[in-house]
Amino acid sequence: MTAMRALLVILLCSAFGAALVYAILQLPPQAVDLPQQVSANIDESGVAHPVTAVLLNFRGYDTMLEVAVLLLALLGVLAGTSVEKRRRAAGERPTLPLLRGFTRLIVPLMVLVAGYLLWAGSSMPGGAFQAGAVVAGAGVLLHLARLLPAWATPNLMQRWGLAIGFLVFLAFAALPALQDGSTMLQYPLAWAGALILLIEAGLTLSLGLLLAGLFLCLSDDGMEFEK
Amino acid sequence: MTLTLTPSLVYALTGALLFAIGVAGLIVRTHLLRKILAFNVMGSGAFMVLVGLGQRAGISDPVPQAMVLTGIVVAVAATALALALSRHLLLLTGNMHLPENDPDA
Repeated sequence: MTAMRALLVILLCSAFGAALVYAILQLPPQAVDLPQQVSANIDESGVAHPVTAVLLNFRGYDTMLEVAVLLLALLGVLAGTSVEKRRRAAGERPTLPLLRGFTRLIVPLMVLVAGYLLWAGSSMPGGAFQAGAVVAGAGVLLHLARLLPAWATPNLMQRWGLAIGFLVFLAFAALPALQDGSTMLQYPLAWAGALILLIEAGLTLSLGLLLAGLFLCLSDDGMEFEK
Repeated sequence: MTLTLTPSLVYALTGALLFAIGVAGLIVRTHLLRKILAFNVMGSGAFMVLVGLGQRAGISDPVPQAMVLTGIVVAVAATALALALSRHLLLLTGNMHLPENDPDA
């Protein structure tokens, strides 16, 4: 790209940015009071924290399909990498004593934190996404410290783990609807809290595996190494 | 119109500017890694607009916050997929640039 064209693009994008700023400043105040609607219906959601209520109950479709998108992304990554699996020659590898020791120390704590975040999600900031991200972080750290090998292709157990979040969500979204003809993703009121916790537990496991898997499937470092 | 610049409005405006910067980066930069980064800058801008505008009224709105939480995770997955595809391209063609498709040339 020539400098002239780059300059033109930058000028046009500046104008675009200015237009966006102008549009935001011109926005009328919100017509629908969503926070008020959420807090008015929070008793029916089964959880006490508004963000979790929106994620897992009021707008459950978004969250369910989001897990499906993540699964699809990992399938895409696997489809691209399985044909070109190459192994780097096992040459000089640093032994990383400090990182390994630190990782051994911190990974159990990360799992504990993930469990706490999952539990806290019903009444405080937290929930399946944050917990899943911490689990994924633990997985990536384990791999970087050469304590966990990269994934060539996920084995049967890993595949179930990757899919279980979506499957549990789908099952609990559809089962009440099939049973008594209510709409999909409408939890029975008495069970809503327990169901959401169960769905979130499945989501945490799957999100952790999916996000870590995106890293572990792309990594070609240390496909095999000393235990 | 009286303009009161509340912190949430500053977030939203910063988000709009970040989005525009991302668009420029996406077009100007030819290296795929930089394009993916620019795309992420665009995404962060959109998230900031959503969260910033969501708390204009003074209280935070849980609906856009939940949307953004979902969006961040999807953005991470999309970035990973984009990286996988671009690495595949690197292995197949040996470079990290998309082929020029100029009808005039």
